[in-house]
Amino acid sequence: MKYTSLAIDDPAELIFGVAPHPLTTREGMVIGGGTVYPELNFTLPPITIDAAGMAEVRRNYADIIEGALGRAAELTAPGVVIEFETLPPMTEHPEWGMEIVNILIEGMEREKARSGLKSVLRMTPNDNREFERPPLMRRGRYWEAMLQLFEGSAAAGAELLSIESVGGKELHDEALVNGDLAASIFSLCILGERDMRFLWTHLNDIAKKHGVYCAGDTACGFGNTAMVLAEQKMIPRVFAAVVRAVTAVRSLVAYECGAVGPGKDCGYENPILKAITGFPMAMEGKTSACAHLSPMGNLAAATCDTWSNESVQNIKLLGGMAPTCYMEQLIYDCRLMNCARAEGRDSARMLQRWLVESDVATDPQAFIISPESSVELARAIVGSDSHYHAGIAVARKAVSLLREANAAGRLRIAGNEAGWFDTLDDTLDDLPDSEGEFISQQLALADSTKFIAAEYGLT
Amino acid sequence: MNELHPLTQAVINGRRKEVPDLVQQCLDAGEDAKSIVQDRLVPGMTVVGERFKKNEIFVPEMLVAARAMKEALKILEPLLVAAGVRPEHTAIIGTVEGDLHDIGKNLVAMMWKGANMEVIDLGVNVPPAKFVEAIAQHKPHLVGLSALLTTTMPAMRTTVKAIRDAGIPVKIVVGGAPITREFAEEIGADGYSRDAGSAVDAALELLRAKA
Ligand code: B12
Repeated sequence: MKYTSLAIDDPAELIFGVAPHPLTTREGMVIGGGTVYPELNFTLPPITIDAAGMAEVRRNYADIIEGALGRAAELTAPGVVIEFETLPPMTEHPEWGMEIVNILIEGMEREKARSGLKSVLRMTPNDNREFERPPLMRRGRYWEAMLQLFEGSAAAGAELLSIESVGGKELHDEALVNGDLAASIFSLCILGERDMRFLWTHLNDIAKKHGVYCAGDTACGFGNTAMVLAEQKMIPRVFAAVVRAVTAVRSLVAYECGAVGPGKDCGYENPILKAITGFPMAMEGKTSACAHLSPMGNLAAATCDTWSNESVQNIKLLGGMAPTCYMEQLIYDCRLMNCARAEGRDSARMLQRWLVESDVATDPQAFIISPESSVELARAIVGSDSHYHAGIAVARKAVSLLREANAAGRLRIAGNEAGWFDTLDDTLDDLPDSEGEFISQQLALADSTKFIAAEYGLT
Repeated sequence: MNELHPLTQAVINGRRKEVPDLVQQCLDAGEDAKSIVQDRLVPGMTVVGERFKKNEIFVPEMLVAARAMKEALKILEPLLVAAGVRPEHTAIIGTVEGDLHDIGKNLVAMMWKGANMEVIDLGVNVPPAKFVEAIAQHKPHLVGLSALLTTTMPAMRTTVKAIRDAGIPVKIVVGGAPITREFAEEIGADGYSRDAGSAVDAALELLRAKA
């Protein structure tokens, strides 16, 4: 494990707007340097993305960037992060993705010239590798096209590189619906860890070559799938919360391979990673209900360095086009946080506490990423000697934190969930200490039609 | 409430290991395979489905029950085949072209199976032609389409059109987070359901209307 101690060990310091290792963009935005910036992400309304539809696709993105940045300038935002998360055809055909990158960068430069608004582009090619079933993780046309898009956008001026990578997910959906924590740890800490290391080593090379930053990854397909399933009452919230804690082990690998933040918005595990690495993090919560519901809308803001809406369709709302409306909402959220900061440490602390206290007792998933829990979970990870052991340690810590909080009445847990504490602890008790033994066990259980062990360097 | 049959109870509680013996007892008592499925297994899954709908249990518990039922079917299926009995309804389900989301679709497939439908799952990223081909081959009563991306909603429309154009009479039910009843009607689907719980009702309603 690269990280053996914490960058932030006091929950009071695990706070919005400041990170021990801030990052300065070419235009001089300092992320994690005392200011929370809005981070806007957007997507298309129902239209087909193909050669014939590209004109309309381009028009959509041109309108989005003009409208949203115009509003940001009117509201005198201190700077904005624009995230372009591609849809599958745009990564499959990198030339389409690049057309949009260029449209966004032009829009950002135009606004800079017009009003002086600072902005930076985060480029997030979607991970198409799983279009092949079972997925080829290290070769093939999806892998090649994805790297090409990363390379092209870094060269064109996208300064922050991110992805929601899918390594290990082939087995994780199944683990979630079965409530199987052992299989979840295998997906995240064995398969996920190996794929992350492979992928981010490549991304780091690209970033270095073009003088841009590797920002970070997210275990979205794991932790947020769990969160959405829990929100729909498909799986217990307690289980989703423990899975969230384990996702931190997987996402950490990006930072071990050179990423420096801001971590990607939908990684609700980011507070744990901020405590470990000291890098700034994007977060999302109440202002991303346009994309998915969550049980920690305020609490998620307590530790953020950029504040995001995750994704919104370019549709007309009464206030204007949706991305413009969301830009406005993000800016007001950030103003409040920045105002508290400007008033001094105590005021910032007070707002942080309110953000936490207003959610923390209502849901185990909120509880598990509070600054207090995050520091404890982070400690369990850095105290471990391997990612596998870190997965077990952080899961164990999560169960015990939740159990204690529930017993002390500090956390509300539904009656039909209480039995899950024992189920999860039993699973953890049964895991072998030897990673090799664990891998053989899980390989024997896993559906071999769904994934190729060799694509993860396992045989 | 009437006392449930031990096999029904074993399905409900997901006691998979007890199932083979209980099935054998039913057979020894002279029950035929079809009535064991209909009167012992399906009522068990119905109870489980109801509990799930009422949020008393979660999917993992429901899957344990489904696996117990599968254990019984392993013994009963050869007998059903020998007797020429087929499930009353066959359905084909898949996620439309360009879309890889399948958790919701899988849950719907599981619920349909629990209601004793034969379900053929075409997987994800399924082109319209593949749906049409599978429909021609399996002659299902019902087709389920899933889409989770706004940018694959058009593919759902194309798929419905391709199935209609092929002229095979079949009921189509659609679902997925961005799908609405209005959209379903607009593209000419017969039914829509917003979650796995109501997907069985939606299917049965259409199938009854057919009969
Ligand atoms: C989990 C998830 C993923 C997982 C999918 C895992 C899997 N095996 O399915 C992963 C990480 C792989 C993924 C990938 C992507 N995703 Co995604 N994903 C989600 C998420 C968070 C939850 C979906 C889910 O599983 N829900 C749980 C299930 C149980 O619910 P459900 O699918 O809605 O199904 C229920 C009902 O809809 C209904 N139903 C569903 N199908 C059917 C069919 C029939 C016949 C019937 C009757 C009913 C029915 O019953 C189901 C059970 O109750 C959603 C968020 C959301 N709001 O939905 C985003 C979301 C759908 N994804 C999104 C995006 C953008 C993507 C990516 C493009 C991301 C990227 N840039 O990398 C890729 C696309 C991959 C592709 N080509 O499809 C966006 C879509 C935006 C848009 N433009 O539409 C969403 C909305 C997230 C967001 N807010 O931005 N995703």
